[in-house]
Amino acid sequence: MQTYILQIFNGISVSSILVLAALGLAITFGLMKVINMAHGEFIMIGAYVTYLMQNLFVAYLDKSLFGLYFILAIPAAFMVSGLIGFVLEGTVIRHLYNRPLDSILATWGVSLVLQQLARTIFGAPNVDVKSPGWLDGGLVISQGLQLPYKRLFIIALVIACIIGMFVLLYKSKTGRRIRAVMQNREMAESMGINTRRVDAYTFAVGSGLAGIAGCALTLLGSIGSTLGTNYIVDTFMVVVLGGVGTLLGTAAGGLLIGTANTTLEFFTNTSLGKVLVFILIIAFLQWRPKGLFNISSRAIDE
Amino acid sequence: MPNLKAMKAKEKLVFSIIVLVLVLAPLFLTDFRVNLLGKFIAYAILAMGLDLIWGFTGILSLGHGVFFGLGAYSMAMYLKLEAAHGRLPDFMSWSGLEALPWFWKPFTNSAFALLMAILVPTVLAFFVGFLTFKNRIRGVYFSILSQALSIIFVVLFVGQQAYTGGTNGLTNYKTILGFSLSNSSTKLTLYYISIGLLILTYALCNFLVKRRIGRILVAIRDGENRVRFSGYNPTTYKIFVYCLSAALAGLAGAIYVPQVGIISPAEMGIVPSIEMIIWVAIGGRGTLIGAVIGAIFVNGLKSGISESFPDVWSYFIGFTFIVVVLFMPNGVVGLVKKIVGNLVSRRLKSLS
Repeated sequence: MQTYILQIFNGISVSSILVLAALGLAITFGLMKVINMAHGEFIMIGAYVTYLMQNLFVAYLDKSLFGLYFILAIPAAFMVSGLIGFVLEGTVIRHLYNRPLDSILATWGVSLVLQQLARTIFGAPNVDVKSPGWLDGGLVISQGLQLPYKRLFIIALVIACIIGMFVLLYKSKTGRRIRAVMQNREMAESMGINTRRVDAYTFAVGSGLAGIAGCALTLLGSIGSTLGTNYIVDTFMVVVLGGVGTLLGTAAGGLLIGTANTTLEFFTNTSLGKVLVFILIIAFLQWRPKGLFNISSRAIDE
Repeated sequence: MPNLKAMKAKEKLVFSIIVLVLVLAPLFLTDFRVNLLGKFIAYAILAMGLDLIWGFTGILSLGHGVFFGLGAYSMAMYLKLEAAHGRLPDFMSWSGLEALPWFWKPFTNSAFALLMAILVPTVLAFFVGFLTFKNRIRGVYFSILSQALSIIFVVLFVGQQAYTGGTNGLTNYKTILGFSLSNSSTKLTLYYISIGLLILTYALCNFLVKRRIGRILVAIRDGENRVRFSGYNPTTYKIFVYCLSAALAGLAGAIYVPQVGIISPAEMGIVPSIEMIIWVAIGGRGTLIGAVIGAIFVNGLKSGISESFPDVWSYFIGFTFIVVVLFMPNGVVGLVKKIVGNLVSRRLKSLS
C-alpha cells in the first residue's frame, strides 16, 4: 500500500516538472506555430540563475539569510529567462512565424550556442546548488512513508504557476489578446491588436516559466549545460499528447506522461518503461491525432 | 531565364567532378584521410536519402539516426561474429550470456547482414510511417515523434547491453569476408565500393526525382491538400519515400561501419540526427547535389575544426545553422545558383 502511495506521489512529482516545462512551450507553439528547441536551454538558464543567486547570498549576505535565496531566485529566474527569451524572439524567432519546421532547426542552433555559452561561463562539469534549509526533510504520513518537502514544494509551485497562467490567460485583457491571436491571427490584427507585441511578451512569459522550472530542478539534483536536453523531448511529448494552446491540455498531458513513466518504470525497467510510454503515445495518437484537448477550427489544415 | 535542363546538366557535371576528385584522392591523401573520406561518402548517401524526404517531400525527420544506426548495427553484428571466430563475442561473455541469442545467429552470413541492414530500417520506417501518415500526423508533430523514436532506440540499445553492447556499442572488428580490416588494400577497396554506392544512389535518386513521382513528392511538400484533391493518395507516397530514405540510411550505415570501426547508440541519438539535417540544409535542400556537398563539406569542416578547436565547433555550427535557416534557405547550392543567375542576367542586360 505504501509503495503505491509513494509511486503515485512520484508520478505526480515528475508530472509537475514536465507540466511546468511544457506550459511555456505549449502556449508559444499555439500562438506562433513556432517550436522552440532552445526551451530546454531556458530551463538551464533558470537553474544557473538560481546557482548565481546562491553564490551571491553566500558571498555578500549573512549565513542566517541563506534560506531566503531560493525565494528570490524564483522571480529572478523568471525575469532573466524572460528577458533572454524576449531578445531571442526579437532577433531570431520573429523571422520564423508559420515556419514551424524551420523554427525547429534555427532554435536548435540557438540551443547549441547557449549550451556552449554555459559551458564557457560556468565550466563543463555540473555544479551543485545547495537547497535551503527549510526544505529539508519531509511530511511524515505514516510509519516509513515520508513525502519530501522539496517535491511537495515543486508541486505547490507548479500549481501556483498554473493558476497564475490561468488568471493571465482567461481573466485579463492581455490574456484575451493572446487567445485572440492564437485563434485567428489575421482577424485579431484586423481588430487592432498589435500581434508583434503579443508575440514578444508571450514568448518572454513562456521562457520565464521555463526559467522557473529550472529553478525548481535545482532542488532535485546537480545542474549542468546538458540539463535542457534531458527534458526537451519529454516536454515535446507532453505538448503533442495534450494538444496545443490550452492549459488543460498541457496539464493533462504532463500528468499522463509523468504517471505513465513512473508506473511503467516501476513494473519493468527504465528503458522498457520509456519504450512503452512511446508506444502508448503513438497508439493514443491513432485515436486522437491532435492530442487530448485542442483548439479546433474549421480550417482544413489546423 | 535559366534553363532547367542546363541546370540539371550542370549539377551532373558538378557531381562528376566530385566523384573524380574522390576517386583520385588516395593518390595525394594519407590512408587516414582517405578513411575519413569514406566515412563522409557514407554520410553523403545518407544525406541524399534525407534530402529526398525533407528537401523534396517536406517531411522533417529528426530521427533518421535510428535507421542509419540499425543498418550499421546489422553490419557490425556480422563483423563482430567474424572477429569472434565462432565463439561468443567479448561483450556477451562479460555480460553474462552463455549462448548466442537466436537473432544473432543468422548474422554469420555477410549477405544476410547486408540484406538486414537495408531491410530492418525499411520495415521500421514502414510501420512508423503507416501509423503516423495514415492519421495525417504532419509537420511538427511528426518531427517530434521521430525524435522520440530516436530516443527510444537509444535507450533500448543502451539498456540491453548483453544483446547490443550497451553504451560502448560494437567495436573491435578484425576481418570482413576474410580480408583483414587493418590492411590498407581492404580499406581502399571499401573506399571505392562506397564511391560506387554513392554513384548508384545518386543515379537512383535522380531517376526518381525526374519522373512523375518526383513531381508528386514536391507537390506534397508545397500543397498536400491539393495533391489529395487531385486524386493522389499522399500517404502512399510519403510512406514510400520514408521507407526509401530509411533504406538508403541503412545502406549508408552498412558501408560506414567497416570503415570507421565502431557503432554505438550515440550515433543514433537526436544530436547526430539533427546534424544530418544540418548537412542537407547547408548544402541545399531539394537538390541532390546539395546533400552530397553539404555532407562532405560540413563533415570535413567538423573534422578540421574539432581537431584544433573543439569549443569553437559548437558555436560555429550553431550560428551557421541559424544563419542558413533564416537567410539562406536554399543552402550553398541555392546561393551559387542565385549568383550565377545574377551574373547571367547582368550579362544579358549588357548585351541588349
